[in-house]
Amino acid sequence: MSGAATTPAGLRRLSVPGRDMRRRRTTDRIMLALLGAAAVLAAVPLVLVLLFVLIQGLPALNVALITQSPVPAGSPGGGVAPAVVGTLLMVTVGTVIGTPIAVLAGIYIREYAGGRGATLIRFLVDVLAGVPTIAIGLFAYGLVVVPMGSFSGLAGGIALAMIIIPIVARITDEMLGLVPGSVREAAYALGIPPWKTIVRVVLPAASTGIITGILLGVARIAGETAPLIFTALGNDRITTSLGEPMDALPLRIWVYASGPYDSWHAQAWAASLVLVFLVLAFAILTRLVLRRRLGSRG
Amino acid sequence: MTVQVGAVRAELGRRRPRFGEPVFRGLVALASLTVLAIIAGLIIVIASTASTGIAHNGLGFLWGTTWDPVRNVFGALPFIYGTLLTAVTALILAMLIGVGVALFLVELSPRWLAGPLGFMIEMLAAIPSVVYGLWGIFVLAPWLRDYVEVPLHSTLGWLPFFSGYPIGIGNLAAVVVLTIMVLPTVAAVSRDVISAVPGSQREAALALGATRWETIRMGVLPYARSGILGAGILGLARGVGETMAVTMVIGNSPTISLSFLAQGYTMASVIANEFTEATTNVYRSSLIEIGLLLLIVTLIVNAAARLLVWRVSYTSTSRSLAA
Repeated sequence: MSGAATTPAGLRRLSVPGRDMRRRRTTDRIMLALLGAAAVLAAVPLVLVLLFVLIQGLPALNVALITQSPVPAGSPGGGVAPAVVGTLLMVTVGTVIGTPIAVLAGIYIREYAGGRGATLIRFLVDVLAGVPTIAIGLFAYGLVVVPMGSFSGLAGGIALAMIIIPIVARITDEMLGLVPGSVREAAYALGIPPWKTIVRVVLPAASTGIITGILLGVARIAGETAPLIFTALGNDRITTSLGEPMDALPLRIWVYASGPYDSWHAQAWAASLVLVFLVLAFAILTRLVLRRRLGSRG
Repeated sequence: MTVQVGAVRAELGRRRPRFGEPVFRGLVALASLTVLAIIAGLIIVIASTASTGIAHNGLGFLWGTTWDPVRNVFGALPFIYGTLLTAVTALILAMLIGVGVALFLVELSPRWLAGPLGFMIEMLAAIPSVVYGLWGIFVLAPWLRDYVEVPLHSTLGWLPFFSGYPIGIGNLAAVVVLTIMVLPTVAAVSRDVISAVPGSQREAALALGATRWETIRMGVLPYARSGILGAGILGLARGVGETMAVTMVIGNSPTISLSFLAQGYTMASVIANEFTEATTNVYRSSLIEIGLLLLIVTLIVNAAARLLVWRVSYTSTSRSLAA
């Protein structure tokens, strides 16, 4: 009905001079005010969440939190060291497995696939990015936990790898697209084969953007809980063995938040503070770098 | 940009058969295939681990209302219902706010404000789900109980939507948390499609004497309609698949109730909550069957949304990374 083409026809009755101008002005003011209100409303939750994480988390934040293991439920003291170690390990595993695949896939999309192929793979990457992380967890459960016969940090790391792949692949794709064609042509003109042009010339030129993309992905998987529940499971002891069940900060926050003890709640807030600080720092850094890169294109 | 001269010279000096190109090409193609393999693997592996449940539950799984692991009776309807109720309600709220924000950012906001505000909304998406859950349990739910649910219950308690006991934890808290989490998706995609509307649309409306709101309503929104619809569907996929925050505030009770004050359960949260307790094979398999259902639904919804958004603003995806 009122598609783009019919817009002028829709506007025809506006030209009746002055008749209901007052009503139109009032409507205009009300609607614009509502849009402004929506903007304010959207900004409120971020402020509230950050504020409470800071207020509740700061008092419980201390060295013991990240150096000590949990004590028996309800007694004071102790920390979430196994979760810190587990998160570091599993995020590392996820990044080490996922990033090379993602960067190579990004290269294929931008440099080799060509119009239709590139569109198709981008579509698949976006669809993968939209899969609920809990389904990724179930996949890793069937793929790793069932055959291995035990929950493990490795299974958690593999689940995280599958989450980081679409994020990094898309950003690599975008960043390679920012490298001007003239750079590639200059290398070709010198007789350098395409693959070496990509590895030695194009990738270095795009590396800052790709690295920030990887950081963005790392920040994202560091906060994931759902894919770890039936892969890493959780653990009260510090372990560095990828074959054993492993703890993670988000898992620990979930367990402590759902439990009945005040000391647990305090530690959940403190652990959240650590996690949020980490994630936001990465996100802000990423944004600053990406904006400079993409902004310079014109 | 400088081409590395050393590399060029070294390359020119050599004359030998080159395997580099096909090997590298194969490698990057293989990496792309991994993405396809993961999507295929997701469906195949989850379906096969759910097979015991599928065989045991049959088609009645979809409309069975009883979830009784002790008697091995598994009906998924309470979870499907809970997922739809919370995700759709949250989506409606998030669309109202998110499209409003997007219009504000593109059409009204001065430049100095648009940057920081857009940034804040993107940061909403960066906060881990479990932190929203924690905040939901200890801050949001008590506040909702005292200042929203109690007044609603005492004035409108005769409506089925507000019957029951106002305890904070429940469908309403889940809807609010979900709204916050879906909002950045809706706002970001809407902003992209709205800024892809050509300036001539606005100029034409303004030249005919339209007010700013009329310009938006008649010039901008019709043009961006299918893209905004896509934003909504993407938001729906996000809301349907969201797990932790909802699990922590919805109350986890497999009941079908119209009331926002009642406790509910969603597909994602029943898997998260009961999986490690599921001792029998058929119980665990039935949970995975819910996961399979969730996966299929989100795959379809996501694919549809991407197609819609792409048609409108494919070229502006890179802008969304920067703006």
